[in-house]
Amino acid sequence: MIKFFLMVNKQGQTRLSKYYEHVDINKRTILETEVIKSCLSRSSEQCSFVEYKDFKLIYRQYAALFIVVGVNDTENEMAIYEFIHNFVEVLDEYFSRVMTIDNV
Amino acid sequence: MVMSSLKLQDLIEEIRGAKTQAQEREVIQKECAHIRASFRDGDPLLRHRQLAKLLYVHMLGYPAHFGQMECLKLIASPRFIDKRVGYLGAMLLLDERQDAHLLITNSIKNDLNQGIQAVQGLALCTLSTMGSAEMCRDLATEVEKLLLERSPYVRKKAVLTAVHMIRKVPELSDTFLPVCAKLLHERHHGVLLGTITLITELCERSPAALKRFRKVVPQLVQILRTLVTTGYSTEHSISGVSDPFLQVQILRLLRILGRNHEESSESMNDLLAQVATNTDTSRNAGSAVLFETVLTIVDIRSAAGLRVLAVNILGRFLLNSDKNIRYVALTSLLRLVQSDHSAVQRHRPTVVECLWEPDASLSRRALELSLALVNSSNVRAMTQELQGFLESCPLDLRADCASGILLAAERFAPTKRWHIDTILRVLTMAGSHVRDDAVANLTQLIGGAQELHAYSVRRLYSALAQDISQQPLVQVAAWCIGEYGDLLLEGSCEETEPLQVEEEEVLALLERVLQSHMSLPATRGYALTALMKLSTRLRGDNNRIRQVVSIYGSCLDVELQQRAVEYNTLFRKYDHMRAAILEKMPLVDRGGPQADEEVKESKEATHLLEPAPVPTEPQASKLLDLLDLLDGPSEDPQPPPPVDPSPEGTLIHLLDLPCAPLAPAPIPNLRVFEREGLQLNLSFVRPPGTPTLLLITATATNASEGDVTHFICQAAVPKSFQLQLQAPSGDTVPAQGGLPVTQVLRILNPNKAPLRLKLRLTYNHYGRSVQEIFEVNNLPVEAWQ
Repeated sequence: MIKFFLMVNKQGQTRLSKYYEHVDINKRTILETEVIKSCLSRSSEQCSFVEYKDFKLIYRQYAALFIVVGVNDTENEMAIYEFIHNFVEVLDEYFSRVMTIDNV
Repeated sequence: MVMSSLKLQDLIEEIRGAKTQAQEREVIQKECAHIRASFRDGDPLLRHRQLAKLLYVHMLGYPAHFGQMECLKLIASPRFIDKRVGYLGAMLLLDERQDAHLLITNSIKNDLNQGIQAVQGLALCTLSTMGSAEMCRDLATEVEKLLLERSPYVRKKAVLTAVHMIRKVPELSDTFLPVCAKLLHERHHGVLLGTITLITELCERSPAALKRFRKVVPQLVQILRTLVTTGYSTEHSISGVSDPFLQVQILRLLRILGRNHEESSESMNDLLAQVATNTDTSRNAGSAVLFETVLTIVDIRSAAGLRVLAVNILGRFLLNSDKNIRYVALTSLLRLVQSDHSAVQRHRPTVVECLWEPDASLSRRALELSLALVNSSNVRAMTQELQGFLESCPLDLRADCASGILLAAERFAPTKRWHIDTILRVLTMAGSHVRDDAVANLTQLIGGAQELHAYSVRRLYSALAQDISQQPLVQVAAWCIGEYGDLLLEGSCEETEPLQVEEEEVLALLERVLQSHMSLPATRGYALTALMKLSTRLRGDNNRIRQVVSIYGSCLDVELQQRAVEYNTLFRKYDHMRAAILEKMPLVDRGGPQADEEVKESKEATHLLEPAPVPTEPQASKLLDLLDLLDGPSEDPQPPPPVDPSPEGTLIHLLDLPCAPLAPAPIPNLRVFEREGLQLNLSFVRPPGTPTLLLITATATNASEGDVTHFICQAAVPKSFQLQLQAPSGDTVPAQGGLPVTQVLRILNPNKAPLRLKLRLTYNHYGRSVQEIFEVNNLPVEAWQ
């Protein structure tokens, strides 16, 4: 079961977050920072599946944006990996020309 | 003050423009104040805009609870634009914990019955996200009706809402069961996917549903077959695979239905083989489907050939260049290694290759799998590989790797020498990461292997001479040198190169260990005791040793000081006893935890207070107990309890062997057996210092006319106890009150459980052989409390 769905940029700022199980609002920011830290610290040689507490994190990087999905162990990791890409393709189809704007 | 209301996009830009966290907080606080004011008396038409901004701010982590009532108002409004934001707000802000959430039940009900697809969709979506148990119960019938709506869009959302309802209120399964069979005939993939999920939930929660849905297995097989064999379909194809998400979901359902059920598993076999062979795995989508297939094959009662196929597929995955695939392969193989050990063994070389992965999670899995694959035939090769890995592996894996190697060595060691070598190598490479009992294990191992004493002490000496920083290694080496120092100096040993060691070198090395700042206090203790033992082993005079010992008599470390003072006294006043006290340890039998218990117990001073029932033990063994007291292989060197630190009085208590009466309240004797003049009595003793120890003396007396011969008494206790039967005094009980046969039973009761004892007696009496088995009842309570 998918526990949460995050879109975070490289600086660690959350662009989109959706939780499918209740998490306290102050715990959310902590969770997001930790998750993004573990994803950012991985090099391109490492696999896209990370173990974090009792979740599995599956992440995919698109330019400066990380899409991270947290699941429990009943899920097929590779199917979720495909699902993330499907999501981005849907956004692209629906909103045309998906890209991230970062005015830093 | 009325400010012009910002649009959401402008707000986002402003927030992003903030350079620091504090600036961002400021912007947001200002905006929240404005939103609050607008909720109170702003334009109702623009309310949705305010709520949208509030929701964005909430997503960033700021509190937004004051928007809850606004959600309700917006949901109730007839405009779609209001409803849309209102329902979104309800999903994010209202959940079970808020009391206000029940208020939207009525709105949802109205919207569900409205007939406009988009609105029905919104309501269903909200219900499936935050519906509480009460809401689900109230709205179940509405949702059931919508499952049969004309529009697939609404049907799809209704099915997902049903899934949520089942999760919240499992009793509602009865409502949704009948519809499922009908929904399986769907053509629309979205609804089909939802239906499969619904059936999966139902089956997971209720065994009755599981039984019912086993009947649809043929139908599912058919659906999957069509998916796999259909050619390219633009609507559903993802990198060449036709709707991989639906395929994966169906496979998961088949797994649940086929688990532990022969018939269903059989009907799936062909299909699974077909999917496994036909799926194109060049892209991730295909691999995902294949992976799910493998998981299903492994979980159901599949044919043996199919299982081997599954393991081979996983083996192939291991060779894939995509690291994600290697990861899932390693994880699955780890699950399989218990059940299909031989099949996984075939892929051992590939698994060992994976140890060298740069990715930490991959190498960790490879390590676990490699350790699980070690068996008696490949233990040498595997240990070699693992030791190579240990040298270069990242720090967090070192402890696991080291303990894994040691465990494997213990289980499968082909020879004792190889075992000692392996442990030595591990200690040299990763000494600080091994578990605490590695030292104890190694000393026990060496102690028990008499033929290897010379070899071990040489190896350890050379290792120590090179490096004194690895504490476990130093401890073992110090102990060994102390015990077998004479073998070290003898010079010849056929298994290693000849090593000429002078006495002075050995002493110098031990002194270095004592003085080094890298040595732990425990290590220093080992070194000091080793020096002391060498005073009897070495032929030269002991001035150097005496010097060192007297220096440490004023050491700041209390433990060392105590030892040094005691040893000093041993030199001065009790020199005649020194040789006996510092004799070599007896060979310890590697009986596992029992032996450990014995060694630990014998260290405690209360052993000296052991009473009369063991009168036959020679004087020397009491001294051996003392020996263990002084320098047994332990990680927590405790000073012998009854000793006070004053120099004169120290050793007197230890050497005094009082036969003082012990247990404050003697436990009554118990007669347990009587037959034809032969009686068996049990007497109980609880030594005061060891509350878990019980000594039972069984005395057999014979008042009859005939002798009792070949008398054997055996005992059994429950698993949580440890029993040791000591040798009986004899096996013949002469007639008419002759000398009784006594036997001592030592029982350890660490859990303080009630004692149960079963005895078996076999003997010959009056020409007949007798066997009696009975349980001892009426055991006095004091025996175990």
